[in-house]
Amino acid sequence: MNFDFSDEQRQLHDVVERYLGEQYDFNRFKAINGSATGWDPTIWRALADLGVLGITVPEEQGGLGFGPLETLAMMGDCGRSLLLEPMLSSAVIATAALRPFAVQALAGELLSKMAAGEKIAVLAHFDSGARFESQFVTTRAVRAGANYRLDGHKGVVMHAAAADTLLVSARTSGDTGDAQGVSLFLVPRTTPGVILDSYATVDGQRAADVYLTGVEVGAGSRLGEEGRALAAIEAALDIGLAGLCADAVGVMQALLDATIDYVRQRQQFGQPIGRFQALQHRIADMLVHLEQARSMSYLAALRCTDEDVGERRKALSAAKAVIGQAGRFVGQQAVQLHGGMGMTDELKVSHLFKRLTAAQLMFGDSDAHLQRYAALTRT
Amino acid sequence: MRLEFTDEELSFREEVRDFLGKQLSAEIRDKVLNGYELGREDHLQWQRRLHERGWGGMGWPVEFGGAGWNSVQQYIFEEESALAGAPRLIPFGTKMVAPVIMAFGTAAQQQRFLPKISAGEEWWCQGYSEPGAGSDLASLKTRAVREGDHYIVDGQKTWNTLGQYADWIFCLVRTDSQAKQQSGITFILIDMKSPGITLRPITLLDGGREVNEVWFENVRVPVENRIGEENRGWTYAKFLLGHERTNIAGIGIAKRELQRLKRVAASERLNGRPLIEDPLFAAQIAQVEIELWALEITNLRVLSAERRSAAAGPDASILKIRGTEIHQSISELLMRAVGPYALPSRREAMEAGWQFDPTREPPGPRYAATLAAAYFNQRKLSIFGGTNEIQKNIIAKMIVGL
Repeated sequence: MNFDFSDEQRQLHDVVERYLGEQYDFNRFKAINGSATGWDPTIWRALADLGVLGITVPEEQGGLGFGPLETLAMMGDCGRSLLLEPMLSSAVIATAALRPFAVQALAGELLSKMAAGEKIAVLAHFDSGARFESQFVTTRAVRAGANYRLDGHKGVVMHAAAADTLLVSARTSGDTGDAQGVSLFLVPRTTPGVILDSYATVDGQRAADVYLTGVEVGAGSRLGEEGRALAAIEAALDIGLAGLCADAVGVMQALLDATIDYVRQRQQFGQPIGRFQALQHRIADMLVHLEQARSMSYLAALRCTDEDVGERRKALSAAKAVIGQAGRFVGQQAVQLHGGMGMTDELKVSHLFKRLTAAQLMFGDSDAHLQRYAALTRT
Repeated sequence: MRLEFTDEELSFREEVRDFLGKQLSAEIRDKVLNGYELGREDHLQWQRRLHERGWGGMGWPVEFGGAGWNSVQQYIFEEESALAGAPRLIPFGTKMVAPVIMAFGTAAQQQRFLPKISAGEEWWCQGYSEPGAGSDLASLKTRAVREGDHYIVDGQKTWNTLGQYADWIFCLVRTDSQAKQQSGITFILIDMKSPGITLRPITLLDGGREVNEVWFENVRVPVENRIGEENRGWTYAKFLLGHERTNIAGIGIAKRELQRLKRVAASERLNGRPLIEDPLFAAQIAQVEIELWALEITNLRVLSAERRSAAAGPDASILKIRGTEIHQSISELLMRAVGPYALPSRREAMEAGWQFDPTREPPGPRYAATLAAAYFNQRKLSIFGGTNEIQKNIIAKMIVGL
């Protein structure tokens, strides 16, 4: 039992923290957020040069072959800096989804290019209306000669427009809700029939609803065996959930730090408002929440690749529920303690709060995970 | 980073389990697991068993006759003890006064007091709070005036836990009324049989009498019973508070009570179905369970940081606040789980044996009779040992720096 990061993990954290500290201040965030695409290829290239994009790409594909603890070590920095680039979507989730299929030429090649920062891929799994039920796959893929033809509607696919390749799940057999019969396809974003309805999410990241109408891909684009991709998809989503938890903890830390600075410096009634006990206790409560959240982000990272799926889900649901609740409290109270200033677009606080709110809404909120946890632990 | 304990720690856990399996009597176990009251003899008998095994002073250094356990071992011991239904360790002797005697006492004091604490031959209690000095402990007024080789002690202590069983009391007394509050306080050890001590039990809201008021009237205390220097008692008291923090979160006890909650909720029925299947109740159990899990990991982080004496982990105040809130939530859910059969109020239900007397069978399920009293009693958790509000002051000041 120990909670120390290894030297390598600490170095990774240091590299990302330093780079983002220098190159990704709040003004940079605002500029990128205000741009048409909502992400900056020069930042992406620099992160690739630092080796960050390939940390979980296998060594055979030019990555570092690391796992969730390395992701944990640097995701908090991404959250803290409000990184808008598709770190979680491409470098964590899509990478995890592709990894089991790295022996396939297309997947292996894509992973190499992702590690090098030359390609971006995102997982387009949840169908519109599926919320976060991973088995609820309604998009269908039917054989059409040597090809598959895909039809469906994927909801709120993070960073879809930035992606060169979409990893699209589709049902090749069975009914909506079946665990069997789900296949995964590599679909270049520019394939005819792929239409993106793009938008910014509440926290300034980019996403899209992806409409697939008669989209044809070759059989070689299918990853793994037909109809047996759900386990790999769920494994990737679980790794992503742990990454999201780490990101959220970084955001909470930034909010707490900003709030402490603010109550020290803001004067009312002739003294810094941080002298008032009501506010001190609120900050203590925020810290308590943050530390519980941090503990659960460690648990999530340690358990998200557990082969025992029941244990894995139990830990991840507990983590997401705690972190969602903590994030809600820390975010709302950070705004509250900043008073009117917390309401403004001008301060980073409101943007951090929105990122936490977005994290709560992704991959199932606290209530959904509490319910799943209850179901997994009834006996 | 890893969650699992080391092989060494796991084999230590086995050793503890083995000891508990062999040494814990069925009678005591039954009382603990069902929430019945334990008496002086129950606690002392258990302390003697520990002592025989060489674990009487488990966290003490070996040179004082202790087992020399580190905080991880103590954590493991307390977790296993709780799950097995062993009595909680009464902290006043082994965990509170003993470390002070070891750190600041004379060789004579160490020889006089430590062996009897370890052996369960003398029971200690604490004389800190006063009617006018609770959270603001340094405003205490009990006076000790030097008269030759003695101090003459006058004043009143309160919230004295289980003093009715005690042979000795360690007290903070004022020896200099001119000095700044904290600097006029002395730490002394007083024999409870000394003339002039009167102890009066305080009946608590659950009907229990676990705390007392203690009056001191011209109580003569030999100067040799003073710890360290006169007027430096506050320093020793702060040192003691640092030692009170091991296992402050009570993870093991919370786990045990959570298991009990699940058992009760599985046997209670709502609309013909087990209560545990009711979505709202199940969600409340799940909520406290995930909070406990988060706290357990936080506690392990603190231990891990202590073991490596790396950068300090989250402060013990966090563990105290969350631990007490979780215990209180569980006790409340336990009470509510049994619905109307939490209502019958019978003090004798807290005593083992009463439930099995066929002439006085409790009206509802046997497990229901103690639950309301336990809920009421557990409200103390967020008040004693530094109220949770004081803990938040500490966090704001010591961690955040406000």
